[in-house]
Amino acid sequence: MSKAITLKEAVKKPDLLASGHRLCAGCAEPIIARLVLKASRGAIIATTATGCLEVATTIFPYSAWRIPWIHTAFENAAATASGIEAAWRAMRRKGRGPLARYETLDIVAFAGDGGTYDIGLQALSGALERGHDFTYVLLDNEAYMNTGIQRSGGTPYCAWTTTSPAGTVIPGKREWKKPIDEIVIAHETPYVATVSPAYPLDLMQKAARAFETEGPAFIHAISPCCRGWRFPSNKTIEVARLAVETCFFPLYECRVEDGRPIYKLSPPSLAIAKRPERKKPVEEYLRIQGRFRHLFRPERREGLIERIQRWVDRRWEMLLEKADL
Amino acid sequence: MKEAKPGWRELPFGAVPYKSSLEYHTGDWGVERPEFDLEKCTRCTLCHFYCPEGAISFDAGHPEVDLRYCKGCGICANECPAGAIRMVRKG
Amino acid sequence: MSRQRLLGLNGDEAAAYAIKQVNPDVVAAYPITPQTIIVERFSEYVADGLVDTEFIAVESEHSAMSCCIGAAAAGARAFTATAANGLALMWEMLYIAASLRLPIVMAVVNRAMSAPINIHNDHSDSMGARDSGWIQIYCENSQEVYDACIEAWRIGEHLDVQLPVMVCLDGFTLSHTMENVLTLSDEAVRDFIGERPYIKVEGHLGEAEFRLDPEKPLTMGPLDLYDFYFEHKMHQVEAMKEALKAVPEIDEEYAEISGREYRLLHPYMMEDAEVALIGLGSTMGTVRYVVDRMRKRGLKVGMVRMRVFRPFPTEELQKLLKDVEVVGVLDKAMSFGAPGGPLYEELRTIFYDVDENPLIVDYIYGLGGRDTPPHLIEEAYEGLLEVKRRGEAVEKLRFLGVRM
Ligand SMILES: Cc1ncc(C[n+]2csc(CCOP(=O)(O)OP(=O)(O)O)c2C)c(N)n1
Ligand code: SF4
Ligand code: SF4
Ligand code: SF4
Ligand SMILES: [Mg+2]
Repeated sequence: MSKAITLKEAVKKPDLLASGHRLCAGCAEPIIARLVLKASRGAIIATTATGCLEVATTIFPYSAWRIPWIHTAFENAAATASGIEAAWRAMRRKGRGPLARYETLDIVAFAGDGGTYDIGLQALSGALERGHDFTYVLLDNEAYMNTGIQRSGGTPYCAWTTTSPAGTVIPGKREWKKPIDEIVIAHETPYVATVSPAYPLDLMQKAARAFETEGPAFIHAISPCCRGWRFPSNKTIEVARLAVETCFFPLYECRVEDGRPIYKLSPPSLAIAKRPERKKPVEEYLRIQGRFRHLFRPERREGLIERIQRWVDRRWEMLLEKADL
Repeated sequence: MKEAKPGWRELPFGAVPYKSSLEYHTGDWGVERPEFDLEKCTRCTLCHFYCPEGAISFDAGHPEVDLRYCKGCGICANECPAGAIRMVRKG
Repeated sequence: MSRQRLLGLNGDEAAAYAIKQVNPDVVAAYPITPQTIIVERFSEYVADGLVDTEFIAVESEHSAMSCCIGAAAAGARAFTATAANGLALMWEMLYIAASLRLPIVMAVVNRAMSAPINIHNDHSDSMGARDSGWIQIYCENSQEVYDACIEAWRIGEHLDVQLPVMVCLDGFTLSHTMENVLTLSDEAVRDFIGERPYIKVEGHLGEAEFRLDPEKPLTMGPLDLYDFYFEHKMHQVEAMKEALKAVPEIDEEYAEISGREYRLLHPYMMEDAEVALIGLGSTMGTVRYVVDRMRKRGLKVGMVRMRVFRPFPTEELQKLLKDVEVVGVLDKAMSFGAPGGPLYEELRTIFYDVDENPLIVDYIYGLGGRDTPPHLIEEAYEGLLEVKRRGEAVEKLRFLGVRM
């Protein structure tokens, strides 16, 4: 194990995602990507699925990536990473080419919720099952943002998107958020963690553990999108924090030990588990986002807000049980 | 000034980008920029980690913003635990 | 010329055996009839430690090609094999492999496209991929499959080319039919293919070889808009032109070690031919047999087997066919709603502005594996002779062997 990451050390590490990219002002995706990259052990190769991060960082003739990076398509980040990993293994075995030099290589795949929950789920499942040594980072902004805010399997219940509009009859998305972490954990993935950019140290530490994991690791990052979630650009981190404080998006890790998933709550969520009165009502999270505006205006939709609260509570309780708390 | 774009024979093989994004200045995107009160600042470094642009550095031992890239999102000011950042109009 | 060993191999086995000798870094593949033997044999080679390849038993063909792309971008030699529906599932990635300039090699065991689902041979799968930017070689027999699976690496990796290569072989007719195949020694294959060369590029962080290397980072597959995309497509146009020069060079080099001489086009009895058939793949063996039979009757018939369909050997074809009075095109694929099959359309195109041009008719044949015995080929030749007698082709699109 390498030395534990500290903010003091990490601040000195140069950014591997350079300034001058063209993601929206206030976008969480580059915050998360920068933090993940800061946790790299050294040699690193990245692939990125089609989506906001990919398009806005590589508008020809410019690139913001200071590491070897490839984009191939939307639904195949895990498969592209599998190929890179297999190439590295083969090269090492044969002692051929530059990749043969590296005893450890951080292979990271970034993909959005569309590229993960939906169109990329099969490639992800295949790569997890085959056990490639790579880190998959899900940038979950809960919709297809790059194509203009369409709903995905990761979009939460009642959220407005351009394909789940809040109409007079239907109040936004009718389905619940797909439990992607459970799906990944069910693959007996060696390391799974949820992260929020509001907690940079926690995020970097988890990314470091993911890189160190032998076999596949999965990092699920909540990635508030000011444009698609309809909040001012300076509130990104506030929203990312509220997601955790309301237990809408609890922070935890799950490792497989002796074939069993071992859940461990991370400090911000553990604090709530220990002092439940600290758990904020989900309403505080919903209220500051325009995509849930129809739950409060023109009139308050108490029933819907309650349903969302019950969903949060039930999933939180289930998580506490899994974490033996 | 608009520079002439290269013809296809001049472009690198494989559609490989040949300019760093550092040459692309996004500093004119927003209307505001952060102003640091170094008296109040505790050097917690959080603003460096929260900035989506990587525009805040601590090379000088205290936060400094690179206005060539700051898009004026206001995250740093919103998050500074010491209240040491204020958004002011650019220019 | 090195010593060679005669082995009894079907087309799939010939491909697998060649790839074993090539010993690529990564093979990612998904089974589909009639390609399965390739994946199975290769898995055995891996299981028996006869290759150092990382074999990825992927969950789909889309991932197979994605893995190959990731691996080839990382500097590896990558191989896959597929057919019909599998090729269709890869479609998106075919363009990406070619546009990213990755010299992947793929065996396509030609099979009819669904629906209705059909496992037998025609060319509707690879013909659908003809615009994807891949080099396409169509084999006549297992020997050629073996040879092409070796040559393909040198063709695709040629520094002026850097494109992926499809080695196409007819499902069942070739894939499952045992033939005698002369094989080179492992050493001869290794020496012939050598190491994969890489192009030097000037990226945004300085010069690097075109591969993912943490010490010399490059960005591959950027967002490319209307201001540059077109120019990048010109690179591919140029690469295909270069491929047309590279193939004969490599064929020549290969002939030196194997004694087998391949060309872009394989004409037969064309010196004085008045009518000729042109086509791709295993059927051309039957056509050759029929040519011999008809020649015995004193009929001046000839044939041209096209081995390389992409890049399209325009000038070579113009030269070869300009004095022929009537050309019949054998198309084992239909382009629905079009004037004819893909080969027919391209052949007519290249003769449009040639003064001396033959009359050209199209024979769509063999769809879904419909047998094409000698008498049908003879029927086609009779049709061409009839056109010659009349001096015009009234019916240009014909269907050979379909019940009316
Ligand atoms: C096969 C395919 N289908 C559709 C698209 C169009 N497309 C590009 S990005 C995108 C949405 C990306 O959403 P997500 O993965 O959530 O990433 P985000 O942009 O939100 O970060 C879509 C639908 C595509 N590029 N490829
Ligand atoms: S649309 Fe959302 S996710 Fe995409 S760049 Fe803008 S803020 Fe980021
Ligand atoms: S967040 Fe505020 S206190 Fe912390 S380093 Fe930045 S300016 Fe200083
Ligand atoms: S306003 Fe936004 S872009 Fe500018 S320095 Fe602060 S966080 Fe960075
Ligand atoms: Mg998204």
